[in-house]
Amino acid sequence: MRNIFLFIRRSSVFILFIILQVLCLSLLFTYNRSHRAKGLGIAGSITSYFNQKYNYFEDFFSLREENRRVHQMNDSLVNLLRQNFVRVDTGTIALSDSLLGNPAIQKQYVWRSAQVLYSTVNSDKNYLQINRGSSSGIADDMGVFSSNGGLVGKVVNTGENFSQVMSLLNVVNKFNVQLKRTGSAGMLSWDGKSPQELTLTNIPKTDSVRVGDTIVTGNYSLSYPPEQLVGTVSKVLIDKSSNFLILKVKPTANLTNVQQVFVVENVSMRTQEGLDQQTRNLIDKKPAN
Amino acid sequence: MSDLVRNTIRFILFVFLQVYILNKMPLLHELITPYLYFLYILWLPFYIKRGWLLILGFFLGLSIDYYSITPGLHAAACVLIAYLRPFIIHLLSPKEAAEYSYKEPSPKAMGWTSYLLYALILSFCHNFYLLFLAWLSFGSFIVFLMKIFVTTAISLLMIIIAELIFPRKLRYRTNTV
Repeated sequence: MRNIFLFIRRSSVFILFIILQVLCLSLLFTYNRSHRAKGLGIAGSITSYFNQKYNYFEDFFSLREENRRVHQMNDSLVNLLRQNFVRVDTGTIALSDSLLGNPAIQKQYVWRSAQVLYSTVNSDKNYLQINRGSSSGIADDMGVFSSNGGLVGKVVNTGENFSQVMSLLNVVNKFNVQLKRTGSAGMLSWDGKSPQELTLTNIPKTDSVRVGDTIVTGNYSLSYPPEQLVGTVSKVLIDKSSNFLILKVKPTANLTNVQQVFVVENVSMRTQEGLDQQTRNLIDKKPAN
Repeated sequence: MSDLVRNTIRFILFVFLQVYILNKMPLLHELITPYLYFLYILWLPFYIKRGWLLILGFFLGLSIDYYSITPGLHAAACVLIAYLRPFIIHLLSPKEAAEYSYKEPSPKAMGWTSYLLYALILSFCHNFYLLFLAWLSFGSFIVFLMKIFVTTAISLLMIIIAELIFPRKLRYRTNTV
């Protein structure tokens, strides 16, 4: 017994080293599997305080660029105003465009604005921190769009007054997108190299893809509305070993300099997910004939 | 200024330098990620207890981790170099802590050659372990190897620049115990 205590006393530093290493590695590997970190909530409230202070300072230098983006976005919205359209055919039935009055129209996506407090592009796994959290209705898995309408990422961790967004520039990302012109769906990922270049796979070779084609969000995602801008094709590579093209995509959102973002909530997301889960359970429970 | 105050201020400055300047630098090349924050561990006084060294390293790494949202990644690497530091110092200049005429490891205290070797070994260990852990979840082997060498070279370059720009005014201790 005495020898054991002596041993612990003598190698206490080594034991502490092992304990700390195990603690670090367990934190790292649980996070890598689930992307929900322990202690991130408390730590986030501290980091967000400093990030906010830093952001006041940083905004000073990027407001001109931001202003231009917001103005362009406004311009595209003003063009959609009803006053810009004239009904030519008098025989058509006039529809009320009030969303509330018409029971056939339901609002499915709610857009909220938020400000980016901290973002990086240097690492393999880049995240953004935004200044909205569960107190303003933000929840996990909501889509995030830049102020010029381009896809930025997805919310992965929500605190009370802030959230963490996984950027497009994150090597574990897989986004479901489609080619606007042909409608074929593909998978968007990042190879960890240049922030100006994302990789789009699973587009069949039969599609005639040209440089400059628009990539928009896919129809089947629960996180964000379909047909929102993602990027443009910058390079078309032919994969000789398969029937698919490899497309290099330049993102619409300037991911190295994101200041203001929109967070999109899919109102019926929980219902859709629940239904999906229920169906799986139902099928799995059935005895195989 | 007492050592405690000096090292607390240094801790905060190194975290902010890494998080708000080096991490936010525009990407020069995919291989380059500038790391300098672990210089804090290299600069801690000679007489510090080895247990405290590990704990300080752990918290330094963890504060970087919660900014870059990689819990445990930098902390693991920092704990490793905090553990190795006393051995390396002992290897390069075998003296008791009280025998040094300066309080902290610096080119003055150890001589440029052994200080640079000390910085090289520890930054290599830090970068190797950090990139190894990152490589486990993503990346190719060749890129991983190249990254280690490029990142270590950049770290060492920044350490030399830091030493030249901020020569720490350390008092020469005449009354060595």
